[in-house]
Amino acid sequence: MQKRSIVPIVYILFLMLPIYWLVAMSFKTTNEILAGFSLFPQTFTWDNYITIFTDPTWYWGYINSIIYVSINTVLSVTVALPAAYAFSRYRFLGDKHLFFWLLTNRMAPAAVFALPFFQLYSAVGFFDTHIAVALAHCLFNIPLAVWILEGFMSSVPKELDETAFVDGYSFPRFFTTIFIPSIKAGVGVAAFFCFMFSWVELLLAKTLTAVEAKPIAATMTRTASSAGYELGLLAAAGTLTIIPGAIVIYFVRNYIAKGFAMGRV
Amino acid sequence: MAKITLSKLRHSYYPDPQGPEDYALKMIDLDWTDGGAYALLGPSGCGKSTLLNIISGLLVPSEGRILFDDRDVTELAPTQRNIAQVFQFPVIYDTMSVRDNLAFPLRNRGVDEATVARRVAEIAEMLEVTDILDRKAAALSPDNKQKVSMGRGLVREDVNVVMFDEPLTVIDPHLKWKLRSKLKELHQRVRATMIYVTHDQTEALTFADQVVVMQDGEIVQIGTPVDLFERPAHTFVGHFIGSPGMNILPCETRDGAALFQGQQIPLEGDIVPGEGKRTEIGVRPEFVSLAESGVEAVVRKVSDVGRHIVVETQVGEDRVAAIIKENAPETGETVHLNFRPDRTRLYRDGWLATTAGEAAQ
Amino acid sequence: MKTENQRAWFLVLPVLVLVAFNALIPMMTVVNYSVQETFGDNLFFWQGLDWYEQILTSERFHAALGRQFLFTGLILVIEVPLGIAIALSMPRQGFWVPVCLVLMALPMLIPWNVVGAMWNIFTLPDIGLLGYFLNHTLGINYDMTQDPLAAWITIVTMDVWHWTSLVVLLAYAGLVSIPDAYYQAAKIDGASNWAVFRFIQLPKMKTVLTIAILLRFMDSFNIYTEPFVLTGGGPGNSTTLLSIDLVKMALGQFDLGPAAAMSLIYFAITLGVSWLFYTLMTKDDLN
Repeated sequence: MQKRSIVPIVYILFLMLPIYWLVAMSFKTTNEILAGFSLFPQTFTWDNYITIFTDPTWYWGYINSIIYVSINTVLSVTVALPAAYAFSRYRFLGDKHLFFWLLTNRMAPAAVFALPFFQLYSAVGFFDTHIAVALAHCLFNIPLAVWILEGFMSSVPKELDETAFVDGYSFPRFFTTIFIPSIKAGVGVAAFFCFMFSWVELLLAKTLTAVEAKPIAATMTRTASSAGYELGLLAAAGTLTIIPGAIVIYFVRNYIAKGFAMGRV
Repeated sequence: MAKITLSKLRHSYYPDPQGPEDYALKMIDLDWTDGGAYALLGPSGCGKSTLLNIISGLLVPSEGRILFDDRDVTELAPTQRNIAQVFQFPVIYDTMSVRDNLAFPLRNRGVDEATVARRVAEIAEMLEVTDILDRKAAALSPDNKQKVSMGRGLVREDVNVVMFDEPLTVIDPHLKWKLRSKLKELHQRVRATMIYVTHDQTEALTFADQVVVMQDGEIVQIGTPVDLFERPAHTFVGHFIGSPGMNILPCETRDGAALFQGQQIPLEGDIVPGEGKRTEIGVRPEFVSLAESGVEAVVRKVSDVGRHIVVETQVGEDRVAAIIKENAPETGETVHLNFRPDRTRLYRDGWLATTAGEAAQ
Repeated sequence: MKTENQRAWFLVLPVLVLVAFNALIPMMTVVNYSVQETFGDNLFFWQGLDWYEQILTSERFHAALGRQFLFTGLILVIEVPLGIAIALSMPRQGFWVPVCLVLMALPMLIPWNVVGAMWNIFTLPDIGLLGYFLNHTLGINYDMTQDPLAAWITIVTMDVWHWTSLVVLLAYAGLVSIPDAYYQAAKIDGASNWAVFRFIQLPKMKTVLTIAILLRFMDSFNIYTEPFVLTGGGPGNSTTLLSIDLVKMALGQFDLGPAAAMSLIYFAITLGVSWLFYTLMTKDDLN
């Protein structure tokens, strides 16, 4: 038992090293970074963070990201819930093909869609809005949410539904007051994965925004190239992008292992 | 096959147990004779699964020793003890065929293929699974899965003991009795020592030659099904076995006689001398009759359950049930109860405290 | 048993509308481009299947596809067994479980370009932790901007760093769902550790591993941002994976027709291989 725990410890150390380096750099001045190698910040500085929190083009990047990620998460889970219910409870014309077709959308390379997406969202006048990114991310998040939720719902006995209908519940009331609470964990896990994939995606987010809704990740690339690699600033911005994810995963930590055990293929 | 001796066994799930309440098993001294069919009966949480896991070696007891044929096996791993266990939920190896499942324990021990084939065929025939031997185990129905798990337990000829941990829990009621009689039949054929853990008295009483009744980590009685029914050593046994259970009536003792609601009740024999906080009379409803004279009681409820009639009566603050064949009284009627003396016993602090009289012999 | 109910379509409708809006319209656009030639100014000429033929016979595409399969193959061969091994050695309960899971999931929650950027600064030969360590402490000449092998090792390591945890998470979920009785029965049946893994753990993990392999295949086959930020496809074209090549063609050279044709071929390959994986891994359940 004790000998075995070496494996996860070494693995976690391996995971933490690049993150440590990013965090360490964020507390260094760009001059120190470029001057040579140092394991710890020699002149510890908050300047990089101060720059980010005082410059609207920086901190609006975070706000933009959080806005569209939240819209996407809520939207994806909300529409996925009834659909997952349909897949888990009913047979209907084309159900299997539809399910598979939904999943295929995760397989389409985002790079393939970048340009047509730009044209599509420009045409409907959503370009450079939060809603554009939130909608575009639905492409890969909705199928995933349906997939996860369907697994959870299938593990809830059908008798629950039948009893409720016999007791005179209408479908909407049953669904919102009885069914959804009974798969809370599933909703949590689905929301987590939607958040995660929307938060980390850059290609579509960058393509669909210019100024008003520009995500933090895109802000980073631009500032970096124009200012000739301000590495300290880049590291600080990068460090800050880890935090929302860390917070979200902390909340679902106890469900996350269960999440996929119930999933089906 | 072997004789199994449990000597001064105690077990606690805490690393540092303080009082008796920290012990899942309080003090077990027990001999299981070779080739016997035993049932370990008790309510959930009484420690019977703990005891089973200690015998199989999945748990090492905090104190005491386990001997197989006088050889100390307390520290041995399950594999080295040569035992078999069937679990509550069927454990089968999904990816293997039924045949490979049955052969698995033999192959792991390097038994030659000819013997494996012979044993698997024998066991399959006994369990009536010959026609599904080449099916994938994952696709079986729950009762067939449980049969396969039983088969894996029985397939080794040299096992010291086969243990069943509530094996019929997930089986449909109409298949339960079938599997139960199958097990009884199997025991008669293979003559291995078998221990059957259950909280269901019917299962225990039909399967076992000897029933071990447990409560709160203690053994309260060991005996044949008839013993347990006729002469429970503890009020718990009286109450737990039988339907309805034994009437347990608080009483006083004076000058070697028992008084219930002020009336003297004849007992099976003499009261064993001793002191206790609480004394009770125990008599099974089967041995309570309605008569002209006796303890006066008011009928609360009469239920005809087919084979007999259960009459529930109220005597002062106590309730007494009686089982009669015919002439059911009306609810609210006043009747007189008679306790058959040779089946009426005194219990002190729960334990039997009368000597068996002539009539009981 | 599920009941037949055509009205279930109404429940699926919102999903259908949203996904179709995002999937079908852009897909139509791509199909449209793929059969036309443009010289700018919104002038398009019918081109038929020429672009497909051109892509399918081009060495550039073959090379990128080869690199893509090599990359995906490598990361699957590394991440899946590694992920299973880590999941097996993790504690099953107690205080350390959520700690492990949170720490392990962290890399997956970092935006992909940040992942690329942080590995870039991590591996810089003179000022990166790894680069400095390899070059100056171990004395290995390591510079991924010069050496294709170093570049490959770096992008594969980065992906292992980034995504092995997904396999760990899924495999672990499968493991904790195995009841204790299975392990106890195996002990009593005299099964070796290998037999426990082979006949209990692996079969019980099959569902989640299928999901893990499918997800890892799809995502690694479509990978773009991280290697683009890390190596830019270089040195030379040595790490130009399919997506990078595609974007180079579509945005860099503005060859919309060939890029669209390539997209569709690319999509078809992903779909085909996923389907193959899926059928292979689930075929046992069907009979």
